[in-house]
Amino acid sequence: MAAISMRNIVKRYSDGFPAVNDVSLDIADGEFVILVGPSGCGKSTLLRMIVGLEDITSGDLLIGGVRMNQKAPRDRNLAMVFQNYALYPHLTVFENIAFPMRLKNVPNDEVTRRVNEAAALLQLTEHLQRKPAHLSGGQRQRVAMGRAIVRQADAFLFDEPLSNLDAKLRGQMRTEIARLQHQLGTTTVYVTHDQTEAMTLGDRIAVLRKGLLQQVGTARQLYEEPVNLFVAGFIGSPPMNFLPGRIRNGEAETPFGTVSAAGPRLSKVGDQDLVILGLRPEYFEDARLVEPARRDRGKTFTAEVDVTEWLGSQLYAYVPYDAPSEINERLEELERELDSEQMRTQLVVALDASSRIHSGGRAELWFDPERMHVFDAATGDNLTRDPDRVFEADEAEAEANKA
Amino acid sequence: MGDRKASNWWTFWGVLILVWALFPLLWMVSLSFKDPDTFRSAEPTFFPKTWVWDNYKTVFTDSLFTSAFRNSVGISLIATALAVIVAMFAAYAIARMNFPGKKLLLSMALAIAMFPQAALVGPLFNLWRNLGIYDTWIGLIIPYLTFALPLSIWTMSAFFRQIPWEMEQAAQVDGATAWQAFRKVIVPLAAPGVFTTAILTFFFCWNEFLLAISLTSTDRARTVPAALSFFTGASQFQSPITYIMAASVVVTIPVVILVLIFQRRIMAGLTAGAVKG
Repeated sequence: MAAISMRNIVKRYSDGFPAVNDVSLDIADGEFVILVGPSGCGKSTLLRMIVGLEDITSGDLLIGGVRMNQKAPRDRNLAMVFQNYALYPHLTVFENIAFPMRLKNVPNDEVTRRVNEAAALLQLTEHLQRKPAHLSGGQRQRVAMGRAIVRQADAFLFDEPLSNLDAKLRGQMRTEIARLQHQLGTTTVYVTHDQTEAMTLGDRIAVLRKGLLQQVGTARQLYEEPVNLFVAGFIGSPPMNFLPGRIRNGEAETPFGTVSAAGPRLSKVGDQDLVILGLRPEYFEDARLVEPARRDRGKTFTAEVDVTEWLGSQLYAYVPYDAPSEINERLEELERELDSEQMRTQLVVALDASSRIHSGGRAELWFDPERMHVFDAATGDNLTRDPDRVFEADEAEAEANKA
Repeated sequence: MGDRKASNWWTFWGVLILVWALFPLLWMVSLSFKDPDTFRSAEPTFFPKTWVWDNYKTVFTDSLFTSAFRNSVGISLIATALAVIVAMFAAYAIARMNFPGKKLLLSMALAIAMFPQAALVGPLFNLWRNLGIYDTWIGLIIPYLTFALPLSIWTMSAFFRQIPWEMEQAAQVDGATAWQAFRKVIVPLAAPGVFTTAILTFFFCWNEFLLAISLTSTDRARTVPAALSFFTGASQFQSPITYIMAASVVVTIPVVILVLIFQRRIMAGLTAGAVKG
């Protein structure tokens, strides 16, 4: 086991395109770090540089304090799970898992012992003599993980390991991976484009965009205090709503009317002619279900509800609105980067499932302006971010992990 | 109904083609069992009136044939083994690596494959005599390699290209050297390609006639196809046709056996299950 530390890592292709640009990241021993971002953000390239399948243009990669830039993959003692599993089709499951040990000429009885241990851990015992072609997707996935486990490697690297599985299996394997990592306590780097995977797995998340590291932090830090529009839009599902606004004389003008901007977070912003306001869907509530005492603290407004979706635990309501073209362009660019395509500017609100709001009607909605994020319209920086905010739950989790 | 009709047509054409292809073979077998003295007399029949083994006995006692058979087996096996080994490395390099002159190498290989062998016979004859390898095994193995390699390289690089890159990368991460990854992962996966290439090369060497007759003069290196043309009967008044047919049957058998053995190995889809699919 070892810590991985990246210092100013750059990957520049021969055509001059920087796939990874000046990334510095320290991964502690035993930590589970997620690299996340939309396709083409350089997350897989970064992982492949760690494992040694891709050359590092400049910067230093240290594993366990030793500079690894020039070392061949086999000398780095890392285990990797590939997106398409990369199992050896001519070998049985047993030999697939044993392969790394066979290369090191580990004695036969020890190979058998360790393979059986790994197989028991991954519930593969009855499949050991089968060929990968006869296994289901989830079983192949577990074989690939078994091959990584028996290595007793310094770190595990996962390259989008769940993207080939169907939704249900993906959820199961996600928990499986989290449990396994917890059990083994091995340093793990996990690449994904899926923000749910990123948030649920791992101790810390590193968000990448066009080869640049945007923000590193716990899921709570990224969700509650995103550093910019990109992170705010990427983390969270349904995504954060972005609305045009203006801050003037301690008041914020929103498409739903003017609200006070005198609170501790919003007062940091100061006067701005054009800002982007960020409101998560769950910041909104059905005004009728808000207790009167709270109701006065927030802003109540009437909106035209286009479509509603009742999910049992929640109710999503869609509220279309018009935004100035300046903001629209900015948001469209963001949508493209996030690989999502928004047809129109609309507000998504997540309400209590008991709400009676229905499609095609007018509804009274309520939100607390103090929770609102304010982003600079030009740079996309979060103007309300508190970089030092500490979450008690994170601390408690860290304590539990240590013990 | 339509399906039934269509499948009948398939059967019909299949049988027709089978008869077309097998008729000469059948005739060959039939002739090889006829009495060498009388097969031309009386009224001709397709199958022999009396089946005799005399032709086979003559063939196997004739040193012309037995030495030729030995030469054929030896030369074909050595040439095949060398061609497969060289082609394997060359094809791997072509499929996996980028190096200057790769295009040139491939087009040169193709050019050699298209080069008429007859044009080479004269120069080779002189060259081989001066080098002292005329009428030797090596004298035939070298030109066989030259003509077998292009096809082998092309076939095998096609097979290597089908193997997912991740296989090799996974092996490297698992701790394999480039050589280990090649030997333990790539070669087993490319086995169908290796067998296909080996069989094609073996057939080429086994059946080759032009070089075999031009570059040999004695039993030392003459292969079966060349030797067949020197067959005479038990006496000069006998027609050698039945002996030649018996010899032909004997040299056809190894080819048939090879195909039957390796048919199962030459199957695509061995890589199935390697990656998601």
